[in-house]
Amino acid sequence: MTQTKLDLLQGTLDLMVLQTLASMGSLHGYGIARRIEQVSGDEVLLNQGTIYASLVRLQQRKWISAEWGTSDNNRKAKYYSITKEGRGQLAKDAAYWRRLTSVMGRVLSASAEEEM
Amino acid sequence: MNLREIFGRVNSFFHKPERDRELDAEMQAHLEIAIEENVRQGMSEQEARRQALIRFGGVDRAKEEQRASRGLPWLDVLLQDLRYTLRTLKRDPMFSVIAVLILALGIGANIAVFSVVNAILLRPLPFHDPERLVWIAPADANGLSASTYSADAYEDLLAMNKSYEDVTGYFAFSTSDNGKLTGHGEPKPITGISVAQNFFPTLGVTPELGRSFTKEESIKGGPAVVLLSHAFWMRQFGGDRGMIGKPITLNGGPVTVVGVLPETFDFGAVFSPGTKVDLFVPVVMDEIRPWGNTLALIGRLKPGVSVAQAQAEAGVLFPKFYWSKKFPESVGSYTARPYELKQYVSGKLRRSLIVLWCAVGMILLIVCVNLSNLMLARAAARSKEFALRSALGAGRGRLVRQLLTESMVLAGMGAVLGLVLAFGITSYLAHQGSLALPLLSSVRVDGAALVWTLGISVGAAVLFGLLPGLRMSGSNLQEALKDSGPGVSDGRNHERLRSALVISEVALACVLLVGAGLLLRSFMRVLDVDLGFQPSTASAIKVNYDDGGKADKRDAILQEMIRRVSAIPGVEVAGVSDNLPLERNRGWGGPRAKGKTYKDNEVPGAFVYIVSPGYVKAMGMRLRGRDFGWQDDMKGESTVILNEKAANFVAPGEDIVGKTVTIGKNEVKVIGVVADVHETNVEGTAGEQMYLPTMRDEWGPDGAELVVRSKLPPEQLAGSVMRTLREMNPNQAAVEFRPIQGIVDRAVSPRRFFVLLVGAFAGLGLLLASLGIYGVISYSVTRRTQEIGIRMALGASAGRVQAGVIVKTLQLAAVGIIVGVLASMLVANMIASLLFGTAPTDPITFLVMVVVLAGVAALAGYIPARRASRINPMVALRNN
Repeated sequence: MTQTKLDLLQGTLDLMVLQTLASMGSLHGYGIARRIEQVSGDEVLLNQGTIYASLVRLQQRKWISAEWGTSDNNRKAKYYSITKEGRGQLAKDAAYWRRLTSVMGRVLSASAEEEM
Repeated sequence: MNLREIFGRVNSFFHKPERDRELDAEMQAHLEIAIEENVRQGMSEQEARRQALIRFGGVDRAKEEQRASRGLPWLDVLLQDLRYTLRTLKRDPMFSVIAVLILALGIGANIAVFSVVNAILLRPLPFHDPERLVWIAPADANGLSASTYSADAYEDLLAMNKSYEDVTGYFAFSTSDNGKLTGHGEPKPITGISVAQNFFPTLGVTPELGRSFTKEESIKGGPAVVLLSHAFWMRQFGGDRGMIGKPITLNGGPVTVVGVLPETFDFGAVFSPGTKVDLFVPVVMDEIRPWGNTLALIGRLKPGVSVAQAQAEAGVLFPKFYWSKKFPESVGSYTARPYELKQYVSGKLRRSLIVLWCAVGMILLIVCVNLSNLMLARAAARSKEFALRSALGAGRGRLVRQLLTESMVLAGMGAVLGLVLAFGITSYLAHQGSLALPLLSSVRVDGAALVWTLGISVGAAVLFGLLPGLRMSGSNLQEALKDSGPGVSDGRNHERLRSALVISEVALACVLLVGAGLLLRSFMRVLDVDLGFQPSTASAIKVNYDDGGKADKRDAILQEMIRRVSAIPGVEVAGVSDNLPLERNRGWGGPRAKGKTYKDNEVPGAFVYIVSPGYVKAMGMRLRGRDFGWQDDMKGESTVILNEKAANFVAPGEDIVGKTVTIGKNEVKVIGVVADVHETNVEGTAGEQMYLPTMRDEWGPDGAELVVRSKLPPEQLAGSVMRTLREMNPNQAAVEFRPIQGIVDRAVSPRRFFVLLVGAFAGLGLLLASLGIYGVISYSVTRRTQEIGIRMALGASAGRVQAGVIVKTLQLAAVGIIVGVLASMLVANMIASLLFGTAPTDPITFLVMVVVLAGVAALAGYIPARRASRINPMVALRNN
């Protein structure tokens, strides 16, 4: 089963977190993790706990901010939201990923044609 | 990693508990929210929790990951290692204390020696652009007299050279306490040096206060001025800045203080080791012009002019100079071969210092081997601990790192203690005024020494930590368990390694011992040198008298002085000379056989002593013929006493006593011949000497040292001698009453210094080697307790067991000694030039040192051997 899921490349989780927060607004850790799982169609192999290493890293870089708040069912949780700088970083990283994936796609399809 | 993240990480590092609490709460909330959601989706409470935990992954692992990405993980590991290290070291305080002490000794000695080497050899001279300064002297100069030039030659050099920015010089024949300061309490002896007017600008020394000398002040009849050394200014005038421009009374006349030299300028330390200079006056060239060769010359090369160019120029220029322009025939007696001033100051010590440096480096090596050995012994005891850590997942790198941390901590503590030790040693050395080593007063633990400390400490830590580290982490679990299991005599590999270490330790100690032995024997030979006089029970004091420049008045004063001093109870004999051997010297053209014509430069110079009756006897010189009497004055005929060397030159193979020789233009009768006196140094050979009477006008003494021979200790005699001198001359300066032995001691002090240090290092090396031997043998006895028990149960006697252990010890030592002796032969050849009267292969030294080493080894083995023989077989076997 694990083999059918995608292993996360170094740094991709950070990008996913940023994107999630950018589109969803303020979320707690569990919410972010669930959202990533849902959006990826459960294709990403994610131990939800891993997200906290990413969160603290982004927070220390001041790309996201955190605040303790109360959830819908009155539970105390830490809510994260993306900062202005984080949005800038997201735009840069996203552009990079798009370029990379399109190049990878072209390279892979080109060699696939040759093989045929 | 940007700055902000670094800041964040450091911040997190220092707020660990807080951040951990927050993380716990956050994860707790995460799980609870997840469970709630699962329950809402219809799972049972238990299943909901299980699913939530599965989705979360390992909680502890997630926490670890978070900590690693927020803080400083490597520092965490380091701190963990450090904490662990301190704990283990505390658990074994004996080991820790011994290890730190050994390291402190090794590192401290190294820092101290480095500081000395740095001050004397490595650091540039404390002048401006010191590498452009050269010492100008003939190639074969021996003693100052032979390396000085006349005022006429100096002025010609100034006018004709093209190599130098400037040439300067100082009056080379000043002695300690050659002046007298009055008007500030009782008359105080001071040491002054006359220097050329441009002396300080040429060296690049700027006075701390006031100014240097002007041209007018170096002209006959110009204003009398003086520059004070910083130390003298502080001591005598309490650092009073108002002294500038004020007159002081020097030798009875007023002299204006024009400046104070900076603290960093120490004339004695550079040009005349072991003496201190209080003040400087300008040389008046017209005054010293008739005195012949009195100036020691120093040049500052023009930028871009090499020493070789200066030498080439000197080869052409110096033969054109006149000893005195009054005598046209005195041209052509000079040669010169300028070389770096630094080389003049410390070149002679280079080899000794390098040897010292190597010796102390060997000590550090022995220390490392010893520590390595101790660590290995501990490693054996800790092999289970390491096997356990390894079984729990610690990688090989981590274990090596742990052991290296341990050795670094030990080395660090050793280095701190060593620095304290070195600081003590260097400040002690810097205040050894009587030690005739140049620049010694500037010895201190400076920045370079700190860098050196860091280097050798880290180097040592790696050296002694890496081997046990690799060895321990390299052994696999099984081997570790097997090795430390009961019933096996010992881990063969392990013991072989330790034996190899001990052997190398013994070999190193052997080299040190042999080297120290050879140097010690040389030193004893030096002390045995027949100096030509008897330094023991003789003392000297510099006396002042006012003869108004008249010989008959001087005769009366000296005769009365010697009569009164000789009458002091306990005084055997007293006499006066203007120079003492091994101190200032002065050379004139030597004696010639009457009527014989010599070729140019055929007559060697002779050292001149102008002495009163009684001096020869007071110094304990061996005299053939007769001493001077007071009747040998202007009314009688001119007389001289020669030394053997001069006598042999004038009349080889004949008895010269009673014959007449020519000295300068005078015909002089030889009344006696004395054994050669070592006038310049203890280790060299004597030159020609002539002793001329104070009573004759044609010579004229320059100052007076009263030599008193007495069995009474000098300190007991000093008071009554001074009282007698003050009775005759109330202005007699309060100078020291110096034992002649002290002058000899000072002359041999560099050698004494080196022997003492190398000897101390050898002793330390021996101690460490014996400790190493003891450690290994004692350990092997402990390991073999059962085996020995069995043997004894089977009938081996206690004596046999003991002999077995000692034989084993001696086997180890023997291999070490053989290797060491071979290495010593190489080393001895390298230090051959430092030896005196001792062959580098001196069999007695080798034999004695080998016996000492073997003896100490046997002793180190005897203690565990005794323990082995006391093993009770019953107890040993029962403990199995």
